Amino acid sequence: MKVARGERWAGQTLLVVLMAFTILPFISIFLTALHPSGTVPGGLEWPAHPQWINFVTAWNQAEMPKLLASSIFIVLAVVPVSLVISTMAGFAIGLLRIPGSRVLLFLFVFGLTLPFAGIIIPIYFLERTLGIYNTRLAIVLPLIALYMPFAVFWMRAHFVNMPAEISEAARVDGATTWDLFWTIHVPLARPPITSLGILMSIWTWNQFLLCLVLVEDPTQRTMAGALGAFQGHYANDVPLLCAGTILILVPTLVVFILFQRQIIAALLQGAVKG
Amino acid sequence: MNADNRPAAVNTSRRILPSGRIRREIIFGWLFVLPALIIYVVFVIVPFLSTIRYSFFKWNGVGPATWVGLKNYMTIFQVPNLIGTIINAFWLVVWFSFIPVGMGLIVASVIHRVATGRLGTVSRTVLFLPQVIPLVAAGIIWGWLLALPGLINQVLKALGLGALSRAWLGDFGTALPAVGVVGIWVLLGFCIVLLLTGVTKIDPALFESARIDGAGWLREFVTITVPLLRYEIGVCLTVTVVAALAAFDIIWVTTAGGPGNSTSVPGVQIYIQGFTQRAIGPASALAVMLMILVVLVIIPIQWLTRESAK
Repeated sequence: MKVARGERWAGQTLLVVLMAFTILPFISIFLTALHPSGTVPGGLEWPAHPQWINFVTAWNQAEMPKLLASSIFIVLAVVPVSLVISTMAGFAIGLLRIPGSRVLLFLFVFGLTLPFAGIIIPIYFLERTLGIYNTRLAIVLPLIALYMPFAVFWMRAHFVNMPAEISEAARVDGATTWDLFWTIHVPLARPPITSLGILMSIWTWNQFLLCLVLVEDPTQRTMAGALGAFQGHYANDVPLLCAGTILILVPTLVVFILFQRQIIAALLQGAVKG
Repeated sequence: MNADNRPAAVNTSRRILPSGRIRREIIFGWLFVLPALIIYVVFVIVPFLSTIRYSFFKWNGVGPATWVGLKNYMTIFQVPNLIGTIINAFWLVVWFSFIPVGMGLIVASVIHRVATGRLGTVSRTVLFLPQVIPLVAAGIIWGWLLALPGLINQVLKALGLGALSRAWLGDFGTALPAVGVVGIWVLLGFCIVLLLTGVTKIDPALFESARIDGAGWLREFVTITVPLLRYEIGVCLTVTVVAALAAFDIIWVTTAGGPGNSTSVPGVQIYIQGFTQRAIGPASALAVMLMILVVLVIIPIQWLTRESAK
């Protein structure tokens, strides 16, 4: 399609302006992070003597290796378990259509728009009673539960659209329900499972409220939760706070740039289905 | 799978399934639902019911609880700091939802012809970036940008508008809009990219024929783009409205609800009432109201968009 030159020019200018609006904040904190620790620089100035040491200081003071390990542990505890149990539930509700599946689906959908803040107080008291408060399990278990509405809904949407002929053909061959699940439908469900895994990994990595309420020790939290604690300590040292923020952002940025296509697709699909 | 060789059997297979097999399949299905169901009931449904129960009691979290009926709900309507959070939440909807969706629509319709090729790919990645980083990081970044020596005031001074510069997040008049701008930064790119994929699905012939009929950009926008994007607009509205009503991270990190209560939203007050004031009753009543509010706002949006999608 031909595009008039004026229109092309206007559109491209708008795009560039928007990209600048998105990028400038990152550049601002990067430049600020290079200023001497303890000073209050301007928002966008190249420092006379870039203090790369700030990143080392922030790395050590924020206990980055521990934070990374903690975040990775939490993601590895939450995401695979959530994927397995939501795929199983989605299969049973969407494909086997067990009696009561409509009620079950309604029960899960009910939780789709439930704000975390709405149930955080009882979760706190529940975890005190269970004795898991202030451990990583305190974040892991509620997160798995809070993902179930979306995850089950998502997997059910996949299974409900699978042609019945596939299952029937396998039945004729004498496949048990387990064979049907494990050797036929799970391999076919790989794309939605992958997208769901990407989505839940990002959400877990970025989770803040649960960390703030349920875990006091920042090194037992996720990256985002630890960043909140870091901010409390360095509210008066802007360059160091910016350096710490950048360090915490780096893993997210690297993963995003490597898997940008899948992540954008997953987030868009996630919104459309939810 | 050699089933393809004997399709005749497929049609009858369902009817000749032995009933024992069906029973086994039902048991199998329920066993498959159980793990998800149990953890969901324990950590979501039970806490949800507990929130409702707590909202009828006066309780400090340790001592005995006393039944107070609807008193906690009355408190919320009477105390300006508490009812104010609901009003602020609606203001945030304007900033987090209406502005990003409105701007997203305009931008998507302007750039959809030029956002192809290399520039298109790069712009998608860049605009999506704020959606991927933790909201806490977005809050810290903008807390610095909006501070007195930050980038925003620096730009204003460079433009000769130095008189306007202030601590945007510390000023009663500007704190809520300033927090709103952070929401725009986080959500605008998401809305643009989502709406853009919608626009590219519209048949280009529609735009061509509108052009031939002499329609300008505005007419094209009102008669083609907006009506045909109803479903995508609904999705954007749902995501952003929930983000606004359930906001916590950005506000906690930038202003913690202040100055005064000018940026306080339900999520922040639930945290303060529940965990610093130990007023479990009012905190839970506010939580119940927040959950009802979200459902009341989402249902009409969903209803309108599902209806048009059919």
